[in-house]
Formats: sequence, C-alpha cells, structure tokens
Amino acid sequence: MVTSRHALPDPPARLWRNPEPKRSYDVVIVGAGGHGLATAYYLARNHGIRDIAVLERGWLAGGNMARNTTIIRSNYLLDASAALYDHALQLWEQLPDELEYDFLLSQRGVLNLAHTEQEVRDSRRRAFANELNGVDAEWVTPDEIAEICPILNTSADLRYPVLGATLQRRAGIAKHDHVAWALARKSDEMGVDLIQECEVTGFLTEGDRVTGVQTTAGPIAAGRVGLAAAGRTSLLTDTLGIRLPLQSHPLQALVSELLEPVHPCVVMSNHVHVYCSQAHKGELVLGAGVDSYNGYAHRGSVHVIENQLAAAVELFPIFARAHVVRTWAGTVDVTPDASPIIGPTPYENLFVNCGWGTGGFKATPGAGWVFAHTIATGEPHPLNAPYGMERFTTGALVDEHGAAAVAH
Amino acid sequence: MLQIRCPWCGDREETEFRYGGQAHVDYPRDPAALDDRAWGEYLFVRDNPKGEFAERWVHTAGCRRWFTTVRDTATNQMRAELPSARKPVM
Ligand SMILES: Cc1cc2nc3c(=O)[nH]c(=O)nc-3n(C[C@H](O)[C@H](O)[C@H](O)COP(=O)(O)OP(=O)(O)OC[C@H]3O[C@@H](n4cnc5c(N)ncnc54)[C@H](O)[C@@H]3O)c2cc1C
Ligand SMILES: [Zn+2]
Repeated sequence: MVTSRHALPDPPARLWRNPEPKRSYDVVIVGAGGHGLATAYYLARNHGIRDIAVLERGWLAGGNMARNTTIIRSNYLLDASAALYDHALQLWEQLPDELEYDFLLSQRGVLNLAHTEQEVRDSRRRAFANELNGVDAEWVTPDEIAEICPILNTSADLRYPVLGATLQRRAGIAKHDHVAWALARKSDEMGVDLIQECEVTGFLTEGDRVTGVQTTAGPIAAGRVGLAAAGRTSLLTDTLGIRLPLQSHPLQALVSELLEPVHPCVVMSNHVHVYCSQAHKGELVLGAGVDSYNGYAHRGSVHVIENQLAAAVELFPIFARAHVVRTWAGTVDVTPDASPIIGPTPYENLFVNCGWGTGGFKATPGAGWVFAHTIATGEPHPLNAPYGMERFTTGALVDEHGAAAVAH
Repeated sequence: MLQIRCPWCGDREETEFRYGGQAHVDYPRDPAALDDRAWGEYLFVRDNPKGEFAERWVHTAGCRRWFTTVRDTATNQMRAELPSARKPVM
C-alpha cells in the first residue's frame, strides 16, 4: 500500500451534448448526481431503454457527488447491507475498463479503528460477519497498524489508544468528479439526454400514476419517473402526499493544502469521530458526522470542524502543522436506520432512490444497477428488496447505525 | 455556529444545546388504536421542510430546559415561537 502523487487524467474536450429537453421521455430521472447518472447508464446498458432524460436543477454532479470524501468500502455488518455494498464494490472494480475512463480507483485499504474494549468486540464481530458474507475483512493489531499506516499514533499514551482495527484491503477512494463524467459520457453516447439547469418543481398525475414532471423548462411527459435527488427528495414527494422518513442535514468536510504523500490508506475512527485519507493530488481530506440540525443551507457549524481537527491531530501528530484550506457542506438525506430507501412508491410508475445519507458515494454503481432494474421491471432487484419504504411500517429495519456510525 | 436564544438564559452558542428535531410531535393518546402504518409514521416520519420549521432544543450546558423555536432551514434565521402556535392535544 504505497501512494505516489498522480497527475490527474485530462478530461476529454467534450463529454456530453447539452440537448434541449424533448416534450416526452420513456423514463425521466430527477437528479444528475452519481446515482442518477449510474441509473441512466444501467437503464441503457442493461435494459435497452434509451429514451431517457436526466434532469438536474444545477450543474451535472454538483450536489453531494461534488462534495463527498470518496471513501469506498463494503464492510457493513448486516447481510442485506454487505450484499448491496459489495455488489457495488465489484462493479467499481470493473468500471474503469467498461467506461474507458481512468477515474483513479485506488484500493489502498480502509482501517476502521477500535478504541475501547466494546469497540474491539463489535469490530471483530463485524469482520467475522464480513467473512461469512464473502467480504474481505481482517482484524489487525496496533503493531500491524503501525506498519500499514506509520503516521498513525499507536502508542498507549493516547487519550483513546488504538486497540486494533478492521482492515478491508479492497476498499479505498476514487476521483468523484471523474466518475460522474465517465458515467455521463457513456450515457450520452447511448442516447441519454443530460439536461442541466432544469429543476423539477412538481408532478403531473392521473389517478395513481404520474404522467410527467413539471419543470422550470416547462412540463415534460414521462412513462416512468425515478427520483435520485438526495437531500431534496422529500421536497418532491411532499407534493404528492408521500411522507418519507428522511431528514436532510448539512454534512461537512475539509481539505488541507497539497502535501507530499504521507498517508498511505484511509483511516476511520467512530470513537474519536474523524476519518482521513490523502487525495491523489496531495491534500488531506477529512470528515466526520452530520450537523445535528436539519438544513438545506449547504453550510454547517464551525465547532463540528474543530472537533474533527482535534481528533485528527490526536491520531496523526504530524497533521498539527498542516492547514485547513477549504471546508464545505452538502445536504444529505438521513433515514432512521442509516440505510437507503430504494423501491416503488404508492404511484405505480414512480420510484425512489434516496436516504443514502452520509455514505452513498461508495454505492454509486450498485445503486444505479438496482434502481435501473426497479424502474425497468417495476419490481425491486433482489439486492434492494429489503430496502423498500414499507420497512418503516413492518418494522423490518436494516439497522446499520451501530455498525457504521461514521457511515461514509 | 448557530446562536440560539434560550427563553430563560438569552443568546448562547449552539455548543451549549442539543437538538430535538420537529416540535409538536405528541405521544399518541391511544397508542393501541393506531394501525401499523400510523404507528410507523409516529415513530419514524418527521417533517423535513425547506423553510420555516418549528423545532425543539434543550439547553444542556445551561438551564437544561427544553423549548421550541422556529428556524428557517434554508437560511438558519431563528425566531421565538409564539405560545399560541402550540397546537393543543386533542
Ligand atoms: C461532505 C460529504 C462527504 C461524504 N463522504 C462520503 C464518502 O466518503 N463515502 C461515501 O460513500 N459517501 C459520502 N458522502 C455521501 C454521498 O455524497 C451521497 O450519499 C451521494 O452522493 C448521494 O447520491 P448522488 O451522488 O446521486 O447525490 P447528489 O450528487 O446530491 O445528487 C442529487 C442531485 O439531484 C439534484 N436535484 C435535487 N432536487 C432536484 C430537482 N427538484 N430537480 C432537479 N434536480 C434536482 C441535485 O442538484 C443533485 O445534483 C458524503 C457526502 C458529503 C456531503
Ligand atoms: Zn437556558
């Protein structure tokens, strides 16, 4: 696990057309984030549906897709989650070739640290559960951690000493913008219309069907509609009287100046609450949990940044002399069980993919795959069958809170 | 960081408070009468508006009392809620 500083690939001159919207499409996807783009891509690739528009209120992939810290992993505790996220990871592994685009997928390994005896037990349990589900996972001791990530303070004199960690070697990071552009280019090549600066403001309905969407560029008719609008999903479903268990929160992250390669992997700590990797260009990328309150302001509170910096400096003493260059926030849609909602709605041709909260980047191709299946067939794919909104009535939650508190 | 007005202590920094989410979510009068759907709604579903939102805060590092404010979730402007805005429990 050695990092070196990479030059980023030059993006091709033109990646997609900027078409005027047609008056009608077989499928309209709302939101050109990673999930909306991956959904369009797999609708075209796997299901032969080409008459698709992806409508985006801002610019392509300018929402959470532009703001996330790009951690990819699949070491979730529960069977349904391990299946969903590992399917996504397997797709990641083949996408650079398939999309003919090197978006710098870097499987440099993710360490999830344990700082208390209880966390040691929980982490080992998760590693065993992962192994049973065919997801690569190892338990590593402080001495092994010191070899994998020499800049991490593994001495016993920390306030919360590192007692061990789980390691997923296949986990890592990728260049988020390039992922979006790669998916956009291939979708566009297959005939998908990617339409920017076109906000969906409501729906056209007939009985229990939606017949189209109302947009800032006028009404657009649709055979089927798929929502991939992340933090703004419930604003749309509210207009139909569908009440989803979503709360939209600011989620912040930050970067340092560009530094020589010092950090070879990804380190996450739920207990002192910070996670960190070093991007290809050299900046340290840090994040933690959401701001407590609901908000659409694309900004959070500074004490949340202060707390994660304090945690980072404790874990990585050499970071004390780095500087915060930039902080920012996205708006993430959080569910009560920290798992997404992917499935049908009371409207027979309207489908939702939302609730990915703080951790949906890693699922981008997998979410697109199962959501495309759901839209194309009208039925969930086996991988997203446990993730319908009815689980909040039946009580069959997919409760990943304990397993993935810093859920990115 | 938000500056939050505790009705008893005045303007204080957000770090003195804990968030309590949507205000006026009463425990159902007769829980056994609720069907699964209504019970699920009570447990899991809360409003998530972009705009004014009546919400609960508790002044944990101060007087430790709960209160309701109205905050605009797009601008973070806060104002005290008028007592008359409290819907009576039926
Ligand atoms: C700071 C931060 C760090 C994160 N770190 C990680 C991480 O390390 N790993 C990880 O797995 N996940 C991470 N996430 C979460 C991840 O970014 C999201 O779960 C994921 O991006 C959501 O899917 P998306 O890409 O489709 O969302 P988005 O990119 O937000 O896409 C939704 C799109 O819908 C558009 N839209 C909304 N409403 C409308 C409308 N009415 N009409 C038209 N368009 C509309 C929006 O403009 C937006 O472009 C992080 C998020 C943030 C904010
Ligand atoms: Zn007070």
